Amino acid sequence: MPEPLRLLTAVAVPLLEDNIDTDIIIPSREMKTTGKTGLAVGLFANRRYSDAVARVENGDFVLNRPEFRGARILLAGANFGCGSSREHAAWALMDYGFRAVVAPSFNPIFFGNCVRNGIAPVVLEAGMIAALENPVTVDMEAMTVNGHAFALPEEARAMLLEGLDPIALTLKHAPAILAWRKTDRVRRPWAWLAD
Amino acid sequence: MPTLFDRIFDAHVVAELGAGTFLVGVDRVMLHERTGAAALRSLADAGRPVVKPAHVFAVMDHIVDTRPGRGDATLMPGGTAFITETRAAALAAGIRLFDVNDTDQGISHVVGPELGIVLPGLTLVAPDSHTGTQGAVGAMAWGIGSSEAEHALATGTLRVLRPQTMRVTVHGRLAAGVTAKDLALHILAEHGVAGGAGCAVEYAGSAVEAMAMEARFTLCNMATEFGAFCALVAPDETCFEWLKGRRFTPAAWDAAVADWRLLRSDADARFDREIEVDAGAVQPMVSWGTSPAQSVAVGGCVPPDAGAKALAYMGLEAGQGLMGLPIEGAFIGSCTNSRLPDLVRAAAVVRGRRVAGGVRAIVVPGSRQVKRDAEGLGLDQIFLEAGFEWRDSGCSLCFYAGGESFGAQQRVISSTNRNFESRQGPGTRTHIASPETVAASAIEGRIADARAYA
Repeated sequence: MPEPLRLLTAVAVPLLEDNIDTDIIIPSREMKTTGKTGLAVGLFANRRYSDAVARVENGDFVLNRPEFRGARILLAGANFGCGSSREHAAWALMDYGFRAVVAPSFNPIFFGNCVRNGIAPVVLEAGMIAALENPVTVDMEAMTVNGHAFALPEEARAMLLEGLDPIALTLKHAPAILAWRKTDRVRRPWAWLAD
Repeated sequence: MPTLFDRIFDAHVVAELGAGTFLVGVDRVMLHERTGAAALRSLADAGRPVVKPAHVFAVMDHIVDTRPGRGDATLMPGGTAFITETRAAALAAGIRLFDVNDTDQGISHVVGPELGIVLPGLTLVAPDSHTGTQGAVGAMAWGIGSSEAEHALATGTLRVLRPQTMRVTVHGRLAAGVTAKDLALHILAEHGVAGGAGCAVEYAGSAVEAMAMEARFTLCNMATEFGAFCALVAPDETCFEWLKGRRFTPAAWDAAVADWRLLRSDADARFDREIEVDAGAVQPMVSWGTSPAQSVAVGGCVPPDAGAKALAYMGLEAGQGLMGLPIEGAFIGSCTNSRLPDLVRAAAVVRGRRVAGGVRAIVVPGSRQVKRDAEGLGLDQIFLEAGFEWRDSGCSLCFYAGGESFGAQQRVISSTNRNFESRQGPGTRTHIASPETVAASAIEGRIADARAYA
């Protein structure tokens, strides 16, 4: 379960390109494990390493520059996370240490995957993103980034603030779920298999 | 005035969550070995049980080898772990698994309907984008992420933003030699890959009503490429007859069918969007580019305004004719076109002929049940004698998982659903088409019109 995200002050690393797809975030050949963890090493693998097999770092890539080591906020371009719906993209970002991505727009599936994994997808105008100065503060209570207001759907905000995953939120509806199941078994007996 | 989709959705609303989002009851979950172990293990780690294990089914399809005599070994590096860990996790969770060599193993979207796991009026989810295929029985079936699969397993529900509705009415009848695949590519060519974006798409009209179930699965499968949230066909006598007697169908059959007959859109139902298609205008289709919408009639040409990037990748020029283009590979299979009638039609083209020299031709039945039925009809011998490989069932070369591929710059005609760059292997050039078009092309060694073999 992700930790609550209320106030985050951290180094933000700029990757201000539009249409960064999930293949760039983590190439399919880096999805080697059957779990969700241990994916940080594959994050941005095609750019981060000059030799991905030997893991030789590419010093020119922004994540490898000394001033951005330990960054926990990613600043990006429009339509971030487009392409394949692989949740490994969010898992790899989380595993590396990112807790917020600030971009002018996000792919909807990737946006949902971020929220489900405790990463704040913050929508801000491109000009404002480019002008952000380190360290950057994301305030989820005030809904601001270095003082600039941003919006999030209420449910997404609640999940991030409370550190709730959607399962926990849904389990608050347990009585309604049980009631629906009871009624449904009578109304649609053919929909139910023997337990 | 509700639509078919409204009826199913409304029957599953557990709670309103606000802002157009609903908590929706999930009747069936299907898992596969690519993400099954991760989802189940994550739930177990969180101490959350699977609430309705009898309603969850796991298959081995994405990574499993399809070469004859297979076991857990895979050509994909590290693939075996996905298989063995999914097996262990399914066992621990008490979930029914159609294992590597189970008699009912196969591609989830083939197995689901074939075993009556999906039924009219049900909600079914799977962490696979082509889950909408199963909506062809009149169900609400949609693809989800891996965390959403966990949510469905742990709560028996999902939080769903209610989609818009769209009806695609197909008037008239498809001509002889024209299939549901051609219709799907025709619609994509006309309306683009975002034509049904985010919509629950109901296919209707005389051409759809006349379709066998297998054709409806093909049509609904390709709705994913149309951007649809899910796809549906109203269940009718064709559907009920097809489902009757299948393994997980209800014992109280007549009562179920009586309920299912009510599952249709009212005559005055309002859809957010509607398009109409003239079935008579549809030709056998083949894709030329790197998107399924980049498709033309098999006798047609690459459009004069074709994009340079797609042309360069495909090794084609604007205005070039597609018929007669030499191929190196031919693939019949996938959740789109691997069911018995698909193989019967392809075999009718192949019978008594030989695959052209230099062409690697492969048939992968969509399930072991399809494979047995096909072998019962002697189709395996027809394909083998012609020089095709006859495989065990699975997703196989529909996509590149790090194992088998057709090779760079190899031109492949394929009965699959995606012709994206490197989908079938780094640099592989995929043309998607119907199984009979693939069969005819394999025989001629170049893209061909199967109607010449009728």
